[in-house]
Amino acid sequence: MSKGVAITGMGIISAIGNNVEENYNSLISGNKGIYRISKLDTIHKNAIMVGEITLTNKELEEQLGIPLNNNYSRTALLGLVAAKEAIANANILDITAHKTGLISATSVGGMDMTEKYYYDYLESDANRKYIEGHHAGDSTQKIAEELGIKESLVTTISTACSSAANAIMYGARLIKAGKLDRVVVGGADCLSKFTINGFKTLMILSDTYNTPFDENRKGLNLGEAAAFLVLESDAIVEKENKKVLAYVKGYGNANDAYHQTASSENGDGATLAMQKALKVANIKADAIDYINAHGTATGNNDLSEGRAILRVFKNAVPDFSSTKPYTGHTLAAAGGIEAVYSILALQNNVIFPNLNFKTPMKEFAITPQKELKEKELNTVLSNSLGFGGNCSTVIFSK
Amino acid sequence: MKKVFINGCGVISAQNTFDNSKFLEEVITYNDRVIPVINPVYKDYISGGAARRMALGVKMGVVASNIAMKEAQLENVDAIITGTGMGCLIDSEKFLSKLIDNKEEFLTPTSFIQSTHNTVGGQIALGIQCKGYNFTYVHSGASFESALLDAQLQLTLGEEENILVGGVDENAPHTVKIHQLIGFVKEENTDTSSLLESNTSGAIFGEGAGFFMLSTKQQESSYAQVIAVETLNTLSKENLENKIVAFLEENGSNVSEIDAVVLGNNGDVDFDGYYNLLSEGIFANTQQVYYKHLSGEYNTASSFAFWLGGKILKTQSIPEVVKLNQKKTSALKTILLYNQYRGENHSFTLLKQC
Repeated sequence: MSKGVAITGMGIISAIGNNVEENYNSLISGNKGIYRISKLDTIHKNAIMVGEITLTNKELEEQLGIPLNNNYSRTALLGLVAAKEAIANANILDITAHKTGLISATSVGGMDMTEKYYYDYLESDANRKYIEGHHAGDSTQKIAEELGIKESLVTTISTACSSAANAIMYGARLIKAGKLDRVVVGGADCLSKFTINGFKTLMILSDTYNTPFDENRKGLNLGEAAAFLVLESDAIVEKENKKVLAYVKGYGNANDAYHQTASSENGDGATLAMQKALKVANIKADAIDYINAHGTATGNNDLSEGRAILRVFKNAVPDFSSTKPYTGHTLAAAGGIEAVYSILALQNNVIFPNLNFKTPMKEFAITPQKELKEKELNTVLSNSLGFGGNCSTVIFSK
Repeated sequence: MKKVFINGCGVISAQNTFDNSKFLEEVITYNDRVIPVINPVYKDYISGGAARRMALGVKMGVVASNIAMKEAQLENVDAIITGTGMGCLIDSEKFLSKLIDNKEEFLTPTSFIQSTHNTVGGQIALGIQCKGYNFTYVHSGASFESALLDAQLQLTLGEEENILVGGVDENAPHTVKIHQLIGFVKEENTDTSSLLESNTSGAIFGEGAGFFMLSTKQQESSYAQVIAVETLNTLSKENLENKIVAFLEENGSNVSEIDAVVLGNNGDVDFDGYYNLLSEGIFANTQQVYYKHLSGEYNTASSFAFWLGGKILKTQSIPEVVKLNQKKTSALKTILLYNQYRGENHSFTLLKQC
């Protein structure tokens, strides 16, 4: 039986840490990264809490060593930090040695700069350099250039909150099909007033810490993050005797076809995505040891996803938790950072707690894992569900 | 490896392309910097209410996919894969300008909901109740080809049988204005009939939607076979010809076998050099075809080229208006499409007669 597609490197930056190690330490210590917003001037600052990365753009630029007169959006800066860590982690010294691609994901792209200079562009040419940086593919092109990926398959996926999961899925498929020998996959999204206000109008932002799968959940906290994995072909792994962190074992994508923003009551799309992923992995539901749920803490998502989990796992639902209380919902990056967390769970045989959980939901009897739990883990399933009915599941294994 | 056929097309563009019984018999010329699409009567395809609620891009995408599916005689599909360079710009601008103008107050969710890049793909799925695979690629000039490559991969591997693939981009006023400021749009009104002689920087911006039913089964409505697609994030002029030769070789073809090459010249003197290199180089003796004087430039304009290539192979004819040179072609069997935008995101697509 195929082990799946090898993951040989990972990198992350989120509200709970600027690299993999810091993220892991926060996860096992129960340190959330949710605070009042500090870097964006929004009238909602006292009404919402967010998962903001502590580093400023200037600090990120310095860390990355990119010239002052750059036109990087914060999305591109965060993405580059995580992608560079993933490349270093995979011990890649010459990126051109193999046919290497990049599949990134974002929902806001360069919106942070666009909203800042929207009218200013018309008045003065001082910040017009950012106009080119608005489109979603810009951060991907920049990351590819900085990593030295040239004349290769580089693309961007934007399927709302499932984007990075889809990037991982597509990358794995490209490796399997032999189209690429190596691919960097993941996603990046920064906080923006655009998304804060958008989610505000949908009335799904919590005014306090988000509480996934809790009866009294009040909505989500938005977050910003970036995470990337390096996937490599079996041939490279064998030839270079590479250390494999975990495998992408299965994946599934489906559409809920129910509503532009809401999930169907019974989680049709999520159910299909999980079933497809199990089929690709060629395993039965009982082989899943832990589910890193999408669990955004909105009324709608957790009910729909919980029901979908019950439909797939019946009366044998494995341990599950949402790590959104740590990081907030990082939109297009969520599937990427939760992939890193799933791999960390596998490597360390530990299930991260669903923080802030108090009261079980009255619609079903399942409750998330509340405390840090040590347990032999072989297979982890991660869900990412989004606007537009986009539902994605990725299964990781040792 | 299964074969991949184009079995249906739905193209809304600055020309009358949504009527599949016609093939550029009447062409509209523009003298402008930004050109709009010729709108079909949307409520012939979708309810009047839906047509009013949807922004142009969504409407074009839904209707173009509807036309493509009808032509292929399908009511549902296994997967929907969309490409859009700029996404749902009109609603993004609406939401953002209100946000700024009203200092984050009095906002309503409608335009935010419609602003996400995957709105078109989601709305098509919702309309036909397709619960299958649904992806949206948003990679500038290679958005459509990224979608095409994904579809081709699934179809050749036999994972799916019928996939709807499309590209869609819409013009929005603020985005056009700021792209004029940085010279991406031509400074002067330009006559589309002499676009390539403009000798100026920038392009004539356009918009459009091109959706295609790709299938593993050939049928009467089939246009052409999709042999291969490749996208490259960067490519130097020095390496362009070699890359094309290698691409053709990998796919069992060669330069002399190409009966027509469809080039993405947009009249931008700063970047048309790539195309000129080919039309004066390895394809100097090949029938050359261009189209952006008809469609305008947008991130998914190459979906127009995909339609054009398919249509040429199906009808075995090349309309005079798209000919860049005059070569005698006995039979039209193999067509290569090449596109890039501002020197980045190059793509090669190889089509063959069914």
